[in-house]
Amino acid sequence: MSEGFTITPDPSREGETPLLQVRDLQITFKTVGGEVNAVRGVSFDLYQGENLAIVGESGSGKSTTATAILDLLAENGRVSGGSALFNGKDLTKLSRKEMEHIRGREIGYVPQDPMSNLNPVWNVGFQVKETIEANTSLRGKAAKDRVIEVLKEAGLPDPASRLRQYPNQFSGGMRQRVLIGIGMSARPKLLVADEPTSALDVTVQRRILDHLGTLTREHGTSVLFITHDLGLAAERAEKLVVMYKGQVVEYGDSKEILADPQHPYTKRLVAAAPSLASRRIQSAVEGKSTPGTVGDAIAVARSEAAQSEVATEAPLISVDNVTKIYNISQGGFRKTQFKAADNVSFQIAKGKTMAIVGESGSGKSTIAKLFLKLEDITSGTMTFDGRDVGSWPKRELLEFRRRVQPVFQDPYGTLDPMRSIGASIAEPLQTHGIGDKASNRKTVAELLEQVSLPADMANRYPNELSGGQRQRVAIARALALKPEVLVLDEAVSALDVLVQAQVLQLLADLQAELDLTYLFITHDLGVVRMVADDVTVMRQGQVVEAASTDEVFENPKEQYTIDLLVAIPGGKFEFGKSA
Amino acid sequence: MPSNHKIQRYVAPVEETPVAAVDAVKFDGKASSVWGDAWKDMRSRWLTWACLALIALIAVVALFPQLFTSQLPTGAACDIANFRQAPGNGHVLGTDAQGCDVYSRLIYGTRASVTVGLVATILATLVGCVIGAIAGFYGGWLDAVVSRLGDIFFAIPTVLGAIVVMQVMPWERNALTLAIVLAVFGWPQIARIMRGAVLSAKNADYVTASIALGVSRAKILVKHVVPNSLAPVIVIATVSLGVFIVSEASLSFLGLGLPLSTASWGADISAGRATLRTDPALIFWPSLALALTVLAFMTLGDIVRDALDPKARARR
Repeated sequence: MSEGFTITPDPSREGETPLLQVRDLQITFKTVGGEVNAVRGVSFDLYQGENLAIVGESGSGKSTTATAILDLLAENGRVSGGSALFNGKDLTKLSRKEMEHIRGREIGYVPQDPMSNLNPVWNVGFQVKETIEANTSLRGKAAKDRVIEVLKEAGLPDPASRLRQYPNQFSGGMRQRVLIGIGMSARPKLLVADEPTSALDVTVQRRILDHLGTLTREHGTSVLFITHDLGLAAERAEKLVVMYKGQVVEYGDSKEILADPQHPYTKRLVAAAPSLASRRIQSAVEGKSTPGTVGDAIAVARSEAAQSEVATEAPLISVDNVTKIYNISQGGFRKTQFKAADNVSFQIAKGKTMAIVGESGSGKSTIAKLFLKLEDITSGTMTFDGRDVGSWPKRELLEFRRRVQPVFQDPYGTLDPMRSIGASIAEPLQTHGIGDKASNRKTVAELLEQVSLPADMANRYPNELSGGQRQRVAIARALALKPEVLVLDEAVSALDVLVQAQVLQLLADLQAELDLTYLFITHDLGVVRMVADDVTVMRQGQVVEAASTDEVFENPKEQYTIDLLVAIPGGKFEFGKSA
Repeated sequence: MPSNHKIQRYVAPVEETPVAAVDAVKFDGKASSVWGDAWKDMRSRWLTWACLALIALIAVVALFPQLFTSQLPTGAACDIANFRQAPGNGHVLGTDAQGCDVYSRLIYGTRASVTVGLVATILATLVGCVIGAIAGFYGGWLDAVVSRLGDIFFAIPTVLGAIVVMQVMPWERNALTLAIVLAVFGWPQIARIMRGAVLSAKNADYVTASIALGVSRAKILVKHVVPNSLAPVIVIATVSLGVFIVSEASLSFLGLGLPLSTASWGADISAGRATLRTDPALIFWPSLALALTVLAFMTLGDIVRDALDPKARARR
């Protein structure tokens, strides 16, 4: 087991005692399979007014560390060693009562999911007031005034009239502001923010983090960020703790670490982080380059030759003035109309990748559903290979289904948990009456190999697979019918950054090998830069800007596109510059 | 550390923090499915085996009562002159008010009680699953009609409904009709659970993926949606098995269940009521048999539910 490491006082903070001193923290969980050491020897110093970010992928122990500091570990977890000194008191040794006194009052907390962290049956004012009354001596009118003040500070417009509103009347961003208000309400010395904005759109995320930065600076509050986003961490925190499998692999000045990562894991993480500076992934198959690490492949710039061969032939997919109107029932017989897609047009050439990018509610997923014929088009036309998708004859629908296949977002929902991997991949073959049992078994093995998974996985069930592996199985299933088009609806959004880069590389290789055309739906502009030839930016159902990827990134025409680009966390950093 | 660092820089030694391949595939042991995992969990609990042993014993008794007693529970075997005898003298548990052997009535009563419980559960589960699945999957007016129909049956307590039905058709009182009547009033509960499970399963991405593959709606329902919705139904079914056995006892207790010529625990509890104070053993033995049987099935239902819920597994 690791011994932890020695923390020396920061040279610039000579003589000052850190607000939070975590030393060799060990956390153990009791599970059915025995004891699991989730955190093994985490140490760091956090000074007054300083921001520190713990970065890592899921399962790295970053959130566990934060919950241990707040003494909110799940029942089966315990701190099995080390200490966390906060103002001289060891948080891991305090009684429940003493901890309750510190929590909220001296250490504030902003949770991850704004949708589930406000109680839906109480109005917002009540919930903020509850916190204030628990942590201060304010009561009655004074408490109410404080609620308004807190919400105003958190950047909620018109707080006085919003007190009586319920969480369901608030957008995600507004709820997060309320949660920040609650976290900051007692003027804590330390604020723990666990993935505070990962559920929000990038532009909202930027505004909220800017605001949080101003607020905490004003009050001299230290912030402990927990995040999976390296760019966000570097932008919002001076100090970085990089965690991997429960251990600290690198610790120090965040800009220094990003510019010059030393540990192989950090190097990998920095190389895979999508940013504005990323380049399109090149297929190792196509370029005949050595299939090195993921990072190497990303760094390869697009060759001029590949770009100039943009053919003048007819596009494989053509979307013309497509509109989709949903009738939303308002209870009873009243209905309102909602335009999910408004006069959308774009073309995709064979073998190319078109990314549709937008925030939630932009209509990007609606376009995918329409093209997959999962919903009917209200007006306009979509053509595929010169034929109208909308009026595709029913008896030839199977043919359309064979040629156009989807991959969805949620790796945990995309495979039927009751069926084996082999059965899931073979389903398209059976449905289309291709091959017999023996030949299908062979095809399944080939498909698994194509997505770099072992053939004996066919007998396994989805519960044994990681998110990235499930997503690769979903791609294998989509490829079973040898389709021409893959519709990738946020297909990599739920994956950790390294796994995401790996799947994107796989998609690039498959595209080169099988001459596939991709319709790539995403909210992440960094990912767009890595995979797309052309981009269509959508907002509230309408196309804002459409151009080649290089053009959109280097010379955006519309203000909204610029806003989106600026909002990418860490967008202005050059990752691994001197590496 | 060079002094130009404003903040201490630490890099962990690579030997102490080895970096594994990204998203490496690692399997240990044999392949496992949802049900496989659940069974593995159940297998490791002694309570599972206790319940299964008890249920196996009950099944054997119900199928071959003559293996456990040489005496018959009814008719000529009963000698009214021998009424309410204490244990002994060839009667292990004594005799009842009719002079019948209590032990043999207990053994022979198993079949009636268990048959009613099992048949009612199977019927209610089948009907409930089919109706609930169709209502949940197809939705629209079909769902509205079926759900309201279920609500109507749901509003009538099972035993009350059965009392009315059994009252109007006294000529058809046997285990099968009793089971059918209980199932008629018992299916809406299963249908409700199934409908809810189907509603959540049908929106899963794998269902959408199958639609995009061109799989027909009916096939999706049977191949993907139903298998993923069965877990809660199986749990409720094991519990309702116990409930149905109790209902049979209640009806027989009220004199509306099985005819007196058929030995059943409910009928014996009903008969034992008269001598509760003078001879409590007469009501004790059939009550104990009923309680143990119901307990075995309900505990098994609980175990299955825990085994299918990974969170409940982690809590133990």
